[in-house]
Amino acid sequence: MTVEVTPELFASVPDANGRFGQFGGKFVAETLMTALTELEALYASLKSDASFTGEFDRDLAHYVGRPSPLYEASRLSDQIGGARIMLKREDLNHTGAHKVNNTIGQALLAKYMGKRRVIAETGAGQHGVATATVAARLGLECHVFMGEEDIRRQSLNVYRMKLLGADVVPVTSGSRTLKDAMNEAMRDWVTNVDSTFYIIGTVAGPHPYPMLVRDFQSVIGREARTQSLSQTGKLPDALVACVGGGSNAIGLFHPFLQDLGVEMYGVEAGGKGLSTGQHAAPLSVGSPGVLHGNRTYLMQDDDGQILETHSVSAGLDYPGVGPEHAWLKDIGRVRYVTADDQETLAAFHRLTRIEGIMPALETAHALAYAEKLASEMSPDQHIIVNLSGRGDKDILTVAALEGIEV
Amino acid sequence: MSRLTGVFAQLKEQRKKALIPYVVAGDPSPSGTVELLHQLVAAGADVLEVGVPFSDPMSEGLVIQLGHERALANGMTLRGVLEIITDFRRDNTHTPVIMMGYANPIERFGYDAFADASSVAGVDGLITVDLPPEEVGRLDHALIQVGIDNIFLISPTTENERIETIVARARGFIYYVAVKGVTGSGQLDVNEVAQRVGVIRGMTDLPVAVGFGIKDADSASHVAQVADAVVVGSALIDEMVRKSRADANLEEIQIHEAAVQLLKRIRSGVDSSPS
Repeated sequence: MTVEVTPELFASVPDANGRFGQFGGKFVAETLMTALTELEALYASLKSDASFTGEFDRDLAHYVGRPSPLYEASRLSDQIGGARIMLKREDLNHTGAHKVNNTIGQALLAKYMGKRRVIAETGAGQHGVATATVAARLGLECHVFMGEEDIRRQSLNVYRMKLLGADVVPVTSGSRTLKDAMNEAMRDWVTNVDSTFYIIGTVAGPHPYPMLVRDFQSVIGREARTQSLSQTGKLPDALVACVGGGSNAIGLFHPFLQDLGVEMYGVEAGGKGLSTGQHAAPLSVGSPGVLHGNRTYLMQDDDGQILETHSVSAGLDYPGVGPEHAWLKDIGRVRYVTADDQETLAAFHRLTRIEGIMPALETAHALAYAEKLASEMSPDQHIIVNLSGRGDKDILTVAALEGIEV
Repeated sequence: MSRLTGVFAQLKEQRKKALIPYVVAGDPSPSGTVELLHQLVAAGADVLEVGVPFSDPMSEGLVIQLGHERALANGMTLRGVLEIITDFRRDNTHTPVIMMGYANPIERFGYDAFADASSVAGVDGLITVDLPPEEVGRLDHALIQVGIDNIFLISPTTENERIETIVARARGFIYYVAVKGVTGSGQLDVNEVAQRVGVIRGMTDLPVAVGFGIKDADSASHVAQVADAVVVGSALIDEMVRKSRADANLEEIQIHEAAVQLLKRIRSGVDSSPS
């Protein structure tokens, strides 16, 4: 790719057609085109509207509990050696993950559009919980699509959603995981497009979703940038975040993209190892294609059929990735790497025991890579890891993997 | 004149409406699809719509989704679909064949290579559900080079201004999606369909086909009053599934017979419609 990487480049995407270079776009059925155009127009008019942004900021402050702290993990850093590791504590948000930043924003859009019914897809259940939460608060009807396989491994979050008044719809088609939940949500949306707002949980889907989810999540990076400057007197040397669809990663990365001295690492799910084929790492070993409304890197076979993925964490078990990540990979601004299931579990235990912070298994992928990276850097450098979610939801999964009955 | 244009012109002359059945290539079996297509023509099909199976068929209702899953489990691929159409063309050079599917298998194949291979196989038109006008440009260009019609969809939510830009680019025929929803779903509102088809007709002379939600002779008869063509898919596949479930020992050709009988009834519904 011959794109020259300048600070100005990052403000130029997506273009008017929702493109990030060759990625992104609006690959959906005709029935949805008008709804997407309406959403695009509404968002364009609201994103610099003081009453909209004011309401969003107030909700983030008083309902979510922002800003989230930037915490130096001293004991972990001492044990690993090398660069200091700082954690952006999205796990301390209301509902326990970064997902709520986005659902607050999209629920506000639904309110402005007068839609009283919201739908969402969920993998680990964090986005489902965050959607059910804002729906409860605004009195909206809420249906969450979730693969049968994920319902089994995330039973606590399923019950949380039900307590919040959401209808959890089991998806039994295909691989019964996140991608199939997204197919089913799209089918519902196409059927109920007049009454329904589709709250997409990640920076994927058709334009304008990758853009607006990015914008709502960018509060993470904006805070981290300010906090880094005030707490360390400089910008971080590197950022690390896990990437499934990629919303927590883009949220952290985006406000730093123009700071070309800040290195960035997106950590995909290496599963049982890239050589086994049982992983969820489209940026690392996939190829470009079209799925769920956008062109991006996918895990697919030679015939263009989407492959089933594997990860110990339901939230990363997705064969695609947000189109902006695909673009950031191709222009070389972000490096995409993997952590496998074993490394992830080790990192989960380490943070829990050394810092008293139990990370989500998704997040533990980022920690596993950050530990390796830190050990190759010097003590006067620092890394910010997006601690995107807390691990309470994963306790039963971890116990089962270790043969422990809870 | 293309095969599609020829068939529509001929039917217009005979004051008849076109009947377009949809089946998924490779379902119930890859070896039986060519025979199924010939059977459908014998039962009264004017144009054939052949579904290209995809792992994530986002616009399909459950009946066709499961058809895609069975076809993929049977090893069907986009190349395999083109082989089926090639085989079909050995014995039938007059019935237009439309392929219907999703973007990714075509992306993977490569647009130019796909257009060339489709042309050689004898394909007349292509519907790609997730390539709306905003995204179909490069593929459309490749199809124009080889004389294949990209069939554009118009839905109940498509605004008039947008219809105008779509029909300006359309060739072959316009496909009006009669319901907001996935294939096989919803209750058809014939009055609304009539009104929308009227709007489309005001903007183009191309034939207008109507699909999604047509289940039987009765609904086909109503739609045929306002449209130039009636598309039926889920109902045919559902009939075959029921028949194979009822008796696991049937030969495949007997399973096809369930779809054939329903198509014949729909044919008479279409033909009984006063035009």
